[in-house]
Amino acid sequence: MSTSLKSFLLHVFVLCLLAVLYFVVSEYHSGNLARILVMAVYAMGYNVLFGYTGLLSLGHALFFASGMYGLGLSIEHLGLSAAPALVVGFISAFIVAAVIGFLALRTSGVAFMIVTLMFAQAGYLTILLAGKYTRGDEGFVIQQGDRVIAGIDLSQADNRYFAALLLFGVCFLFIAWLVQTRFGKTLVAIRENPERARMLGYDIQRHKLLAVIISGTLAGAAGAAYALLFGYAGATFSTVQYSIYPLLWVLLGGAGTTIGPLIGTVFMTYLIDISSEYTSAYMLIAGLALILLTLFAPHGFAGLIRKKLFSWLP
Amino acid sequence: MEFGPYLFIASLEGAITAAVLALTAVGLSIVFGIMRVVNVAHGEFFMLGAVIAWWITSLVGGHPAYGFVAALIIAPILVGILAIVCDHLVLRRINYDPERTIVATIGLLYVIQQTTLMTFGPEARPVEAPFNKRIALPWFEHTEQGFALTWPWGLSTTTYKLAVIGAAVFILILLWVLMTRTKFGLIMRATQLDSEMAQAHGIPVNRVYAMVFGLGAGLAALGAVLIVPIQQAHYLMGGDPLLLSFIVVIIGGLGSVVGTIVAALFIGMSDGIISVFFSPTLAKIIATLAVAFVLVFRPQGLFGKPER
Repeated sequence: MSTSLKSFLLHVFVLCLLAVLYFVVSEYHSGNLARILVMAVYAMGYNVLFGYTGLLSLGHALFFASGMYGLGLSIEHLGLSAAPALVVGFISAFIVAAVIGFLALRTSGVAFMIVTLMFAQAGYLTILLAGKYTRGDEGFVIQQGDRVIAGIDLSQADNRYFAALLLFGVCFLFIAWLVQTRFGKTLVAIRENPERARMLGYDIQRHKLLAVIISGTLAGAAGAAYALLFGYAGATFSTVQYSIYPLLWVLLGGAGTTIGPLIGTVFMTYLIDISSEYTSAYMLIAGLALILLTLFAPHGFAGLIRKKLFSWLP
Repeated sequence: MEFGPYLFIASLEGAITAAVLALTAVGLSIVFGIMRVVNVAHGEFFMLGAVIAWWITSLVGGHPAYGFVAALIIAPILVGILAIVCDHLVLRRINYDPERTIVATIGLLYVIQQTTLMTFGPEARPVEAPFNKRIALPWFEHTEQGFALTWPWGLSTTTYKLAVIGAAVFILILLWVLMTRTKFGLIMRATQLDSEMAQAHGIPVNRVYAMVFGLGAGLAALGAVLIVPIQQAHYLMGGDPLLLSFIVVIIGGLGSVVGTIVAALFIGMSDGIISVFFSPTLAKIIATLAVAFVLVFRPQGLFGKPER
């Protein structure tokens, strides 16, 4: 079997497994899984930039929140229906990503991390400052009547799960395809050795900017989908913590692998879910995971699998 | 109150912010300058300083000044030792790689913060100031009889607040003496200039790094002990000092101690003044955007030589 066929079968298998899981697990877990699928889209978006292009952003919550508030505010204040509001969410994330990418990519390394962190922090504070419209930390609920696309009520558990799975599936296959293209391979080349990629004649600034835009738009799509499926938009989603989460998920699952973000999101969400039953200090787990991963397993789960078992893992 | 006295009181509050900020930010700055790493857990060392100060003052009986003096000495030392342990267990093992250090110190941030939540609890707890006499401040007013000294209602400060400013200045002078007039300072500066060359001349670079990391954390803790009688100890109090220190260190030029102090004065004062007259949130938005744009448009100027 050729590698690309194996990889295609793997992706289809994962999607079928996720579809079957809905009918097997309890209602509590399927609700959790719907949330995880949306967050995995966020992680996959992050992975395009961090895992494949090698740019570590500490401000992705800004893109997530752009999608979330693009959708939420246009429903709440412009009276749009769900489908056009979703498009507004995507477009606002796209625009924010393009602007931030254009500015932040003038820097590199540690400066890039701080600049993205600062822009995201400014975004969070702006959401608080505009509390009249966004209701700040408290956030606002999107009414059930506004969460209907083409007659399908997305607040119903089954519709919600399969809507999340559809979004996840599209993004999953898109990234699996993207990283096989010339463009995707160039991103990896930039990650491995930017100087050499430039010497070979690639316009690395343009590639990096496109990577930020793709990454940011996917993060925004996850944010918009989250607001639509779970009916809530709040400033918490734009805090630093929500910029750290995708980094953690991707590191844990395996940076630069298509399946890593999903593994990391599932694992971390359940770890935090279980530990929060015992203590309110559940972020302790996240902190320990970050330290241990940097020290002992910088390539995550999927990285280990790729190294020990299947070298073809995409 | 009229505008003049109001501005006066705002700048006084700003000066206190600036004094404590200068200590915290100088800690972050020497760590970056000498070790070339960004310590995201710096705000948590600040928080630990305040929490340990509360703990010590609650253990020591008698006049509040005894407990406070004990806290002023013990808290920075304990925090410094903890930082040295962190350096030894984590940072050294990843070879101070800039990007991995940031991820690891984010992890440290959560570990320290959440451990404090589990042990110290979510409440804000006060520490009594060693002395706290309210003093009314005079104001010059132009009346029909010419200039006169008046004591407008509400224009007052406390002796402790003034002492904080004095203490911060004193500690910064001590630090300057340490950096420029002692052998340890010489070794630190040598390591900052060229760590490989320093190693080749027999300077134990790893031990210097550990000491510097401890010193930086200790300075943050010291700032926190000074501010805690005004602000109360809380497990989330590290966020703002971290953000403000970042801003100060970047605007002042990463690694430059003098630049950091000047920037701390500027940011602390303007933060105090903007917060009083406008909204504190707006003040922070302006400051964070300023940092982002400084880094975007003058990266080399503020980071020293361009990377790679």
